[in-house]
Amino acid sequence: MKIHLKNGKIMGGNTLLDIFIEDGKIAASLSGDADRVIDVQGAAVFPGLIDAHCHLRDPGFEYREDIVSGTKSAAKGGFTSVCPMPNTRPVCDNASVVRSIVAKAKSEGYANVFPIGAASKGLAGKELAEYGLMKEEGIVAVSDDGRPIGSADLLMKVLQYASDFSIPVMNHCEVESLADGAMNEGDISTQLGLRGIPTAAEDIMISRDILMAEYLHLPIHICHVSTQGGVRLIREAKARGVRVTAETCPHYFVLTEEACLGFDTNAKMNPPLRTEEDRLAIIEGLKDKTIDLIVTDHAPHHADEKVLEFALANNGIVGFETAFALGYTYLVRPGFLSLEDFIACMSVNPSKLLGLGRGTLAIGAPADISVFDLEQPFVFDKDTMLSKARNTPFHGYTLYGETNLTISGGRITYEKLC
Amino acid sequence: MKLRNKDLLGMKELQADEIEEILKTAEMMKMVMKSGNKKTSHLQGKSVVTLFYENSTRTRLSFEMASKFMGAASANISTSGSSVNKGESLLDTARTIDVMSTDIIVMRHNQSGAPHFIAPHMNASVVNAGDGMNEHPTQALLDMYTMKEKYGSLDGLEVAICGDLYHSRVARSNAIGLSKMGAKVRVAGPATMIPHGFGKMGCTVCSSIAEAVEGADVVMGLRLQLERQSKSLFPSVPEYARYYSIDQKTLLLAKPDALVMHPGPCNHGVEMPTVVYDSPQSVINEQVTNGVAVRMAVLYLLMARRNQE
Repeated sequence: MKIHLKNGKIMGGNTLLDIFIEDGKIAASLSGDADRVIDVQGAAVFPGLIDAHCHLRDPGFEYREDIVSGTKSAAKGGFTSVCPMPNTRPVCDNASVVRSIVAKAKSEGYANVFPIGAASKGLAGKELAEYGLMKEEGIVAVSDDGRPIGSADLLMKVLQYASDFSIPVMNHCEVESLADGAMNEGDISTQLGLRGIPTAAEDIMISRDILMAEYLHLPIHICHVSTQGGVRLIREAKARGVRVTAETCPHYFVLTEEACLGFDTNAKMNPPLRTEEDRLAIIEGLKDKTIDLIVTDHAPHHADEKVLEFALANNGIVGFETAFALGYTYLVRPGFLSLEDFIACMSVNPSKLLGLGRGTLAIGAPADISVFDLEQPFVFDKDTMLSKARNTPFHGYTLYGETNLTISGGRITYEKLC
Repeated sequence: MKLRNKDLLGMKELQADEIEEILKTAEMMKMVMKSGNKKTSHLQGKSVVTLFYENSTRTRLSFEMASKFMGAASANISTSGSSVNKGESLLDTARTIDVMSTDIIVMRHNQSGAPHFIAPHMNASVVNAGDGMNEHPTQALLDMYTMKEKYGSLDGLEVAICGDLYHSRVARSNAIGLSKMGAKVRVAGPATMIPHGFGKMGCTVCSSIAEAVEGADVVMGLRLQLERQSKSLFPSVPEYARYYSIDQKTLLLAKPDALVMHPGPCNHGVEMPTVVYDSPQSVINEQVTNGVAVRMAVLYLLMARRNQE
């Protein structure tokens, strides 16, 4: 399919430019007539967004989400590539599960799917999984996300073995013995009589991971940073040359633990929403590039798993369809991040970390393109989501940055009906 | 005056004038209770169901007696013997009760926020009879009633609350409620049992039981909640009793006629020795009596609000 994209503001710049797409790649011109000419009328055009951390729930939990609904939801949020974590059933800890995910995504999906393999067999934290064989089928990183690589001995081996295959290691940082709680430990958890998870649970593990990476001279990636202390530790480590990268999620720079008041289970996640000081520190971390990536941690759950007593409800929220708009509204519009730095967090840096060769609109690059309306506000309505799940705390938010068009590998995967 | 909300979920949700109104109404209810004919028609033709997911003697019985004294049709469900044992969810169970034309559901649950979770789904008014570690508002109300009965006013009263603050919904409700009424609350317990930011609920956190008790008008012990100790918060019951109980010597630090209170049930010799529990200063049994009057008042006021709608 040949597409002629007209009148786009590339990277939100001021000049109107055209983009040509042929054979799934960005082209300097088309070899003949375009199959479709799309006039985006001055909307902002970016390299397709890449989510380095999400949960598609497929295989095993298709009642929450599957590869089709998940990638449709991703495409609606402007994502052209997504990286699902391995906590499926069966666990994505071997080549055949990776192969089946990749194959289903290729035939039925609406985005490139680059799976993340389990760091340990069965996510059990005991033995290394088969990184080499999984990489041949398409994994781009390893992680035991949902749980930390708890034992320092295993972490050492994971980092060493992953380096043989040049595979990034993404660790969910949390000391499990401190994490027996339902929300952040603080004034609000005390007021609500809920068990708290202290920020120290996250900070201690981040600090251990940094020290291990430093000792081995190997890279490590810290998942979903939510604390002021975590940002400080990573900043200091980067300054002395440790090969550490980090991600955060929109909810950590938009919301605080106060969202839990009234026992709203859509504010329940892990790591938990923290305090205003933490939220501001996350924004600082994004500003000074301590934090490299913004990921969604898209975590769809069935209503039956969320409409429950607070402590019994599952952790997590969906994120694909709000991530760009939340970042644009809460980071770019107030002037914390330039549009360019924001897109670096959502496309360029994830591509770099995972070696995807994307995150660019250069001629010859895969035609992964996202087009957003940056001018008109919209009211986010959870019932318009393409995800199967509805667990979002952002229903009713007025946001900027609605997706107009998403093109993944030269194929239109989402198009707003005007 | 009318209560502002359909439900009574906690002291956090009540304002000072509503607390005042409940305590005033309880005075009348106590007179009814003490009269020879313990019968009113305030709840005649109405129904009250108590739904208890946790054990209870005082709270459940006092709600049942309160409903019966006021002529309501009352019933109770506990988890054993109900479909909860077949795995029915809280929401489905509560809805089942609600659609039987129930006016008030009194609920106790081991999860903080459980009544807040079901209340918006119910036509019935929901009364929180204790939710996890969050609140136990009718206990705080009866405690406040008992203090007010003795001192006339709560304003400026110095109240020491001692013990297992971490697990205590009674401490939270009392700290929040008493500070709304102008009392000065001081709390103390093992450092492992003082949750982060407890003082922000309107009280002063003290470093020892003695410091909290000194000069107090009211000394309240909290039950050591042995069934909720999932983590090791103290080494042993004897050590706890040695350093954190309200014994006779500690009590001497309080004002001479200070009230001794306990929400019950008491672990004798742990939170306080029997000699303190049974001392002339102890109003622990009066607390139980007042519990019925306060719960009559709560049911009455919630029903009055329903009748006006």
